[in-house]
Amino acid sequence: MTSVVNTRMDFDQALERFEPVLGLETHVELGTASKMFCSCATEFGGEPNTQVCPVCLGLPGSLPVVNAVAVESTIRMGLALHCDIASWCRFARKNYFYPDMPKDYQVSQYDEPLCTNGYLDVTVPTDDGPREFRVEIERVHMEEDTGKLTHSGGDTGRIHGADYSLVDYNRAGIPLIEIVTKPITGAGALAPVVARAYVAEVRDLMRALGVSDVRMDQGSLRCDVNVSLAPAGEPWGTRSETKNVNSLRSVERAVRFEIERQGAVLSEGGRIIQETRHFHEDTGETTPGRSKEQAEDYRYFPEPDLVPVAPSSEWIEELRTTLPEVPSVRRSRLQVEWGVSDLEMQTLVNAEALDLVEETIVAGVDQAAARKWWTGEFTRIANEQGVALADLGITSAHIARVESLIADGSLTDKLARQVFEGVVAGEGDPDSVIAGRGLAVVGDDSTLMAAIESALAEQPDVAEKIRSGKVQAAGAIVGAVMKTTKGQADAAKVRTLLLAHLGVEG
Amino acid sequence: MAQISREEVQHLAHLARLELTEEETAHYADQLSAIVEAVARVSDVAAQDIPPTSHPIPITNVYREDVAKPGLDRAELAAAAPSWEDDRFKVPRILGED
Repeated sequence: MTSVVNTRMDFDQALERFEPVLGLETHVELGTASKMFCSCATEFGGEPNTQVCPVCLGLPGSLPVVNAVAVESTIRMGLALHCDIASWCRFARKNYFYPDMPKDYQVSQYDEPLCTNGYLDVTVPTDDGPREFRVEIERVHMEEDTGKLTHSGGDTGRIHGADYSLVDYNRAGIPLIEIVTKPITGAGALAPVVARAYVAEVRDLMRALGVSDVRMDQGSLRCDVNVSLAPAGEPWGTRSETKNVNSLRSVERAVRFEIERQGAVLSEGGRIIQETRHFHEDTGETTPGRSKEQAEDYRYFPEPDLVPVAPSSEWIEELRTTLPEVPSVRRSRLQVEWGVSDLEMQTLVNAEALDLVEETIVAGVDQAAARKWWTGEFTRIANEQGVALADLGITSAHIARVESLIADGSLTDKLARQVFEGVVAGEGDPDSVIAGRGLAVVGDDSTLMAAIESALAEQPDVAEKIRSGKVQAAGAIVGAVMKTTKGQADAAKVRTLLLAHLGVEG
Repeated sequence: MAQISREEVQHLAHLARLELTEEETAHYADQLSAIVEAVARVSDVAAQDIPPTSHPIPITNVYREDVAKPGLDRAELAAAAPSWEDDRFKVPRILGED
């Protein structure tokens, strides 16, 4: 790889001189059972080349047929983005020679996308509270994913220096939708977080619609990030396109980096080259790829093997009436229902805990307790282990069980945390962890009384103080009892028993 | 008369990753010009009321149910592939891009 030194300008300084303009192209794999144009399975992680057929391998004589659910999913996404749905549109061939597509073209849509002219409102946190941005949508269209290349022979694993490449076509032909924004202007210093919030909102929307599970870690959502800086007095400058950015954090970092890089180039009197760039997770920088002028000549033409898609207005209206509640509306509703502040809501959203908290409440847990567990202890464990909250292995049923044990006095908060620690460690459900670790609260009065009496015997001076009315001295005895019961007693109960035993008013 | 220039032939050849000699370029430029000219004669008979056609039959909405079915047998695939390694298609190294 050629090493490129990127000069960077201070972010705030760059924003004093230039106005950033963004454009985001988001590709999301739809969650259909079969591919876009053939019946091959779409499951992730299959053995190489076990989900392929003559159609997705581009073998002579094979003919594609459109997946009905993919069209329906695209229309539903278009409706959720407030788009116009085309009453008639076609697929087009995008011609290029690269072994990730065995046909030497990708079936996509060109000048006749299925959905056009929509918008998506996103909320970003600012110092002055949440601020809403409207991101306008240019188009949503259907296409197919490409195969996966592995470069071999060189020692770098990259194309450069590789002797040959190996291709797995399992992914080739999986339905994709591409969502393209209009230029996003006026975000200023918030541009990186607006970009991130937009991609997060697209992801949440697709999940809410059930059209994709959007596993970013499996590459099912990828974003091309266009950034340009408009010098003062000009509508916009030349853009760079950073390809295949595949995490929310990377989207934000890529935008920020490009603002700093382009700011440095422009302020030194240079010019921005229109080119594609690659984002590097490790350094947070982008480096140049192909320059656009030589790369882009796809010779699109209407796909003759497929007939036009012409959704009836009845079908579109039916799909419109069955749209689920969109994430932004849902967030507002839950915030009112739970009576939480903007800040608490933001914490829940940032922790990606909304679904989990809601499920936990449905399972019968008090909403405050549900929020406390997910944004407190569980978020801490998840961060510590570097896993998503949802992947901790804790279910709403587990929480409901533990909360009921706390309520009847069988567990204390402290013991409950140990129970969840055991659940995360794979020791089974809460009851198994309690049995395995012997975590139940020492609850029967005779055991506690024995411990209290022995503590009093050991500290006769303290006993005397309490008897004489110095109730605050009880703490020492309660502490001793907690110690002998290894923390498995309910401190409040010990105190009540102790005071009753000594005949002192609490 | 439709004319396909030598530069256009060279550009197409580059996109198709083909290397053409000067003679071949001239040869194809002449041939392609003749083909384009022949096809363009359709425009002579197609009146304004005939829209450009991308499919010979005027049908729409041909869909397939979203049901996954088994594809090709991998051993068969491996046997038919020009080059195969590690359960995957082996292709020559890719130039001109990092």
